[in-house]
Amino acid sequence: MLKITEGSYAVAEAVKLCRPQVIAAYPITPQTHIVEALAEMVANCEIDGEYITVESEFSALSACLGASAAGSRAYSATTSQGLALMFEVCFNMAGLRLPMVMTIANRALGAPLSIWNDHQDTISLRDSGWFQLYAEDNQEATDLHFIAYKVSEDHNVLLPGMVCFDGFILSHTYEPVDMPVQEEVDGYLPPFTPYHRLDAGDPISMGMYATPEYYMEFRYQIQQAMEQAGKTLVAAGKEFSEHFGRDYGSLVEGYRLDGADTALIAMGSVCGTIKDAVDEMRDAGRKVGLLKLRAFRPFPEREIVAALNNVNTVAVLDKNISLGNSGAAGTEVKAALAGSGITVLDYVIGLGGRDVRKRDIARVVDLAEKGEGDMFYGLRTEVL
Amino acid sequence: MSAADWQRIDRLPNIYCAGCGNGSVINCTLAAVEEMGWTRENTVFISGIGCSSRAPGYILTDSLHTTHGRALAFATGVKLANPALNVVVFTGDGDLAAIGGNHFIHACRRNVDMTAICMNNQIYGMTGGQGSPTTPRGAISTTTPYGSAEPVFDLAELAVAAGANHVARWTSYHVKELMAAIATGLQTPGFSLVEVMTQCPTNYGRRNRLRQVSDMIEHLRTHALLVQKRDRLIREGKPIPEGMFVVGELVRRHRPAMGVRA
Ligand SMILES: Cc1ncc(C[n+]2csc(CCOP(=O)(O)OP(=O)(O)O)c2C)c(N)n1
Ligand SMILES: [Mg+2]
Repeated sequence: MLKITEGSYAVAEAVKLCRPQVIAAYPITPQTHIVEALAEMVANCEIDGEYITVESEFSALSACLGASAAGSRAYSATTSQGLALMFEVCFNMAGLRLPMVMTIANRALGAPLSIWNDHQDTISLRDSGWFQLYAEDNQEATDLHFIAYKVSEDHNVLLPGMVCFDGFILSHTYEPVDMPVQEEVDGYLPPFTPYHRLDAGDPISMGMYATPEYYMEFRYQIQQAMEQAGKTLVAAGKEFSEHFGRDYGSLVEGYRLDGADTALIAMGSVCGTIKDAVDEMRDAGRKVGLLKLRAFRPFPEREIVAALNNVNTVAVLDKNISLGNSGAAGTEVKAALAGSGITVLDYVIGLGGRDVRKRDIARVVDLAEKGEGDMFYGLRTEVL
Repeated sequence: MSAADWQRIDRLPNIYCAGCGNGSVINCTLAAVEEMGWTRENTVFISGIGCSSRAPGYILTDSLHTTHGRALAFATGVKLANPALNVVVFTGDGDLAAIGGNHFIHACRRNVDMTAICMNNQIYGMTGGQGSPTTPRGAISTTTPYGSAEPVFDLAELAVAAGANHVARWTSYHVKELMAAIATGLQTPGFSLVEVMTQCPTNYGRRNRLRQVSDMIEHLRTHALLVQKRDRLIREGKPIPEGMFVVGELVRRHRPAMGVRA
């Protein structure tokens, strides 16, 4: 049923429909509305689970790790500084192969302190072993939660996943969202059946030391699981479209790439703006298209190569900066397209809430077609 | 210098809501600093994140606005790097007792020479009124819609137990006593905690039948039990009335301190 709702409430509703058993979260702007709504749902017994008002994000994710280890479906949400504080637990959770889903309302990292949107927080955890999905709008943010739980808990994957949606731009925006009903979600997402869990009747010990003879093989297996997550995401996305009619059967989404000379690559809500900008440029006779990355981990290298084999120029928009190098997606797209003859240019854009408008997209395309790139776009030189 | 000289006028208006108690606490602190004869050159204000932690931004000295919960850890570094500096920390109940709880007990244990002023509004004010470790049982917050069910921390007692050399608690109503307590904290070598029970009309009062600022201040005034009176009640074997919190000086002692100028 279509319902006009704030992004955060849509996410909270989606999480409720996933029947979480343990929710642990610490408030942080702009994630707060999600967890406040969930706290209320638990208090109202609309969710048959526990809500723990933990004392920090570090505790939040640690409690979720424990809950998942004990065999429960766990959930948390955070952003920015909160995610940074979870760093240690993120790596542990992936390494222990414990499923869960966490929503990130993407926000810049300090210093300087900023509550506004960019992707630095999640990009900085790309190496942690969590799969990462980025939503363009609140419908996608909603739907990705069902898919994320299914993939995370799949016994061939067993990795935690982040559903990333842009802080404020999506989290605090009202949009129509088609919210499935419980029976539909139950028909798609079965209850969590742990592969391994703490069970006094069949004791295992988790989190033990790995000597140099074993450590690398563990890491290799996580890498394999991540590759498998890519396949499982595609399968779960296709199955989702059979159940709900919305298609997520690819890790990337092409928009007007047919006959495009220049392709933009981006993640998150800016893709909505880019689609409008592309329409305008197409109307003006310019051969421009968009390749949206829905998954950043696992990195959809094959899909990118396949989608872009006919373009001349690629402009990657990065709402993050790997300081000392360049935007993360730019670097990885360059690697993916190395040797293809395609020119790939990177634009660090929209950091700390700086607005990205249609005319900025058009200017990026102008720059890319002139071969100018690998730069911060839109700097206010007057304050430098 | 007068207390007004310590204000960063160019930062006004501040972010505080109408009726917020933080302004009184800042004023009392500046008055105490003034009384000490400290100068801008030898004084540094340090804070974490929260409405309370915004305070250093409105004061005309060096200040370090750090990450949520970590103010005392940063302050320990500042003090040990330059013991000649007078270090004052502004913090909130969430900053000090939730996410920063570990730093809190260790700063008390080490007895690092600084004064921490905690604006305890019993709520995470800045993020919209979620329950904190000092939200009273039964109080409504955005994460406890039918009332908090968890027991609370008594921050002042915690500091006493953990080893701080000076611990006092007052409210935003008791400005004279608060000023004097802060001045004592500033003079005491070692760690001093001054906990200030203060009103957050926007995110606490509004949801807890204390809609008027004056109601909140009256609530603080009437629920404050002077420590001497509490001790007398105990001596006389009489019960301590429900819902009261102790105000006054809870400890002043001379345990060995860290970061004190030789
Ligand atoms: C690591 C981290 N987690 C969460 C936040 C979000 N946050 C900012 S202020 C705050 C609570 C502040 O509460 P308190 O310390 O009591 O200060 P008050 O605003 O009530 O004065 C929170 C949770 C943050 N900035 N950093
Ligand atoms: Mg507070």
